[in-house]
Amino acid sequence: MTRPILEVDALERRFDVSAPWLNRVIERKPRRTLRAVDGVDFDIMPGQTLALVGESGCGKSTIAKLVTGLHAPSSGTIRFNGDPDKMQMIFQDPFASLNPRWRVGRIVAEPLRTLRPETPEAQVTARVEELLRTVGLSAADAAKYPHEFSGGQRQRISIARALAGEPEFLVCDEPTSALDVSVQAQVLNLMKKLQREMGLTYLFISHDLSVVRHMADVIAVMYLGRIVEIQPSRDLFANPLHPYTRMLLDTIPDLDSPKRDRAPMGGEVPSPVSPPSGCSFHPRCPLAFDRCKRERPERTPRVHDSRVACFAAEESAAKETTHV
Amino acid sequence: MTENVLDVRNLRVEFPTRHGTLTAVDDMSLTIARGEILGVVGESGAGKSMTGMAILGLLEPPGRIAGGQIYLSGDRIDDLTEPQMQAIRGRRIGAIFQDPLTSLNPLFKVGDQLVETIRLHTGLTKTQARARALDLMREVGIPAVEERIDNYPHQFSGGMRQRIVIALALCAEPELIIADEPTTALDVSIQAQITALLKRLCRERGTAVMLVTHDMGVIAETADRVAVMYAGRLAELGAVEDVVRRPQHPYTVGLMGSIPSLRRDDVELQMIPGSMPRLGSIPAGCAFNPRCAHAGPRCRAEVPRTHGNGAACWLAQTGSTELPAAEGAKA
Repeated sequence: MTRPILEVDALERRFDVSAPWLNRVIERKPRRTLRAVDGVDFDIMPGQTLALVGESGCGKSTIAKLVTGLHAPSSGTIRFNGDPDKMQMIFQDPFASLNPRWRVGRIVAEPLRTLRPETPEAQVTARVEELLRTVGLSAADAAKYPHEFSGGQRQRISIARALAGEPEFLVCDEPTSALDVSVQAQVLNLMKKLQREMGLTYLFISHDLSVVRHMADVIAVMYLGRIVEIQPSRDLFANPLHPYTRMLLDTIPDLDSPKRDRAPMGGEVPSPVSPPSGCSFHPRCPLAFDRCKRERPERTPRVHDSRVACFAAEESAAKETTHV
Repeated sequence: MTENVLDVRNLRVEFPTRHGTLTAVDDMSLTIARGEILGVVGESGAGKSMTGMAILGLLEPPGRIAGGQIYLSGDRIDDLTEPQMQAIRGRRIGAIFQDPLTSLNPLFKVGDQLVETIRLHTGLTKTQARARALDLMREVGIPAVEERIDNYPHQFSGGMRQRIVIALALCAEPELIIADEPTTALDVSIQAQITALLKRLCRERGTAVMLVTHDMGVIAETADRVAVMYAGRLAELGAVEDVVRRPQHPYTVGLMGSIPSLRRDDVELQMIPGSMPRLGSIPAGCAFNPRCAHAGPRCRAEVPRTHGNGAACWLAQTGSTELPAAEGAKA
């Protein structure tokens, strides 16, 4: 059996969001910590796409930063079974992630010049031209500045830059959220094509379930810093196990059969600074019972072959097995 | 014939620049009836927000209405002076914008902002206005209104803030609400709550709503009719089920096909080659013709129009070519 390219185990990241020292002393305010990532584990197999999906503040972008080393974990481990130089990142905002004062050629060549400084200049130029063509731009675009491109074209430049170091593993944090749908389709198709041709592995972060369904082999649904459910993409949509996943699937507008008269689920995501006791979803959960308020459910592989952190799902699965 | 709250006829919005005049909205016509939600959809730069701003009289100079008429319940409003427009904005037309944080003054309690707006438009006393503010907050679904009315905007979550903005827009019971990307900054579960709220208010009060968004999913679940815009022009206008399931305009077909489906497994998403032209370089004839697989000589020469319904497309109008509508429409 092949080894996962990325293994994440009991990963935690806490941020200190306390008031300044003087305020704490005068107003007697306690220290406050925000658990952005609260015990997360997952593996990614080479050549696959794992998607992290969830609403804002669920910790998905923090995981991207932890995996790429932009943040240090508070506890837990991240093991990357590959050359660390072969990991690259694509960011959400194609306007902020490209240096406006650099020509595109220099932007795309930067990883090459950093990782392999001995490369002759002629080879760098040739490689940059090749990369620009790979992402659907032209070689002449190397002489232009980022502002001369549209949002979709800029995201192609970001992808060309990420590919420059011949990566194996790409962390993509909402790569198409800033783009219009028709442009998004172009970028998603390009990313899939590159994955097929180069055998890339993606950690794909998005809030958009329809995009995630299109891109991912495995989907991990996050809520308040934890993975509540992880399943192969097809199974997650066919048989969502966690009530939160069901709620998400229920609330996203579906073009194929619009739910025009639905009653949306009430409530909001609680603050991660003071999460509810027990299962953090229990105040919004239609299936919650006493145990959910006291204990925090762990993700267990017992329920079918997938993993879900939910007492109600576990019980219904247990019933099924006794009946059989 | 139902009474039209909003009637926009051949609206043209221009921006004079050093390099020539840009036409941001070109020959746009639409109507919204009482209690109807009209979705206006398009990609960035298609002119959808500009249409809303023109109706509100909030075009940023040097932008100006260069042609056409706008009628609000029969009264012409596009040629009014700024003071006259101020009497209409807020009172007869409410506005909801994308970012609820910038629509509210961070230095004032939400209750005071509501009371100020109510008193400006209705002449109620302070006590009456406060009672009305409480009613409005209850109506838009804010819990524990007696305590929340004295909170500042930063004490509310994004979804709750957008509810306050909706309450503000409702203060004077306007005939028309223009909602420009009201759910774009919100998470999906909150988005569903806000669109359901808009829909309920529209039904109960008979308010006409113009819902401007880039999200076809929101339109499909909320709007009665939809106007698809492309490069400042109306590409297609029709009942929402027709446009979603049987789009006529090749651009709408491509747009629908490029949205990842929750049901189908496509290896590849449909793509429209190229990108929308910039306002300074809109091609002659149909603005979509360079990207259209079916374009003929007429498409490159003459601008197609819709007549209040259907697609602005020579091919769709003459039925001369079979469009691959079935694929895009996922029939």
